[in-house]
Amino acid sequence: MDTLAFYVFAAVSLISAIGIVISTNIVRSAICLLGTLGGVACLYFLLDANFLAAVQLIVYAGGTLILIVFGVMLTSKSPWVAFRPSRGQAAIAMLVAVLMAFGLCTLVLQADWGASAGVLAQSPTVAETGQALLTRYLVPFEVASVLLLVVMIGAAYLSRPEE
Amino acid sequence: MLAVGLNHYLVLSALIFSLGILCMTTKRNAIGILIGVELVLNAANVNLVAFSKYQTGSVDGQIVAVFVILLAAAEAAIAIAIFMNFYNTVRTIDVDRGDELRW
Repeated sequence: MDTLAFYVFAAVSLISAIGIVISTNIVRSAICLLGTLGGVACLYFLLDANFLAAVQLIVYAGGTLILIVFGVMLTSKSPWVAFRPSRGQAAIAMLVAVLMAFGLCTLVLQADWGASAGVLAQSPTVAETGQALLTRYLVPFEVASVLLLVVMIGAAYLSRPEE
Repeated sequence: MLAVGLNHYLVLSALIFSLGILCMTTKRNAIGILIGVELVLNAANVNLVAFSKYQTGSVDGQIVAVFVILLAAAEAAIAIAIFMNFYNTVRTIDVDRGDELRW
């Protein structure tokens, strides 16, 4: 059951990712990004990362994707404008990506990761994640909140209208 | 079908990462490049969570992944603000037109 679910969600993520790359229309790319983000969120559920899957759906699919769609709407005269790279550039990019995928897969399958310290035992890890965030990882957690404040002010400042 | 293990997730992550790189290098729309960056960050997150489950057996990897999602959201907000400024100045979102540092 888990195996079948993994292959289904992996296929959804990969096909959506391919759709992002081959689509020349940026709105379609954004919609395909939703498929990839949703597929990866389901994979997080399979990996017992319940809290992370929820965060992925709320922050990524709910926040970042909306931001991207708004960016698309605010920066194009028509949603159907498409800029294509030249054929030579696309061929070089394709070559680099295929080499990188091949190299990474070979590396990953040959690497020795050492003895596993054990598979994550308990299934809902939400409580443990919350406790770790407010004890061991308290300083990064607080720094992150300051960072978000800085980003909020910075984004508002950058996108203000000209005087 | 053999049971799903660490390697399955790592290979999937490598493929998504390569597609993200391809997206970043082939799109001329600045927002397309941003979408490619999001793909790469997602691939890294899959790696972190897979190692967290199969290799360390603790939630540390998941917490690092939470911070990665947070940074991705912050990066997207700032990037969109910069693209709006770029569009207001150059009147297009084609990054090939943005080759002047001063206006």
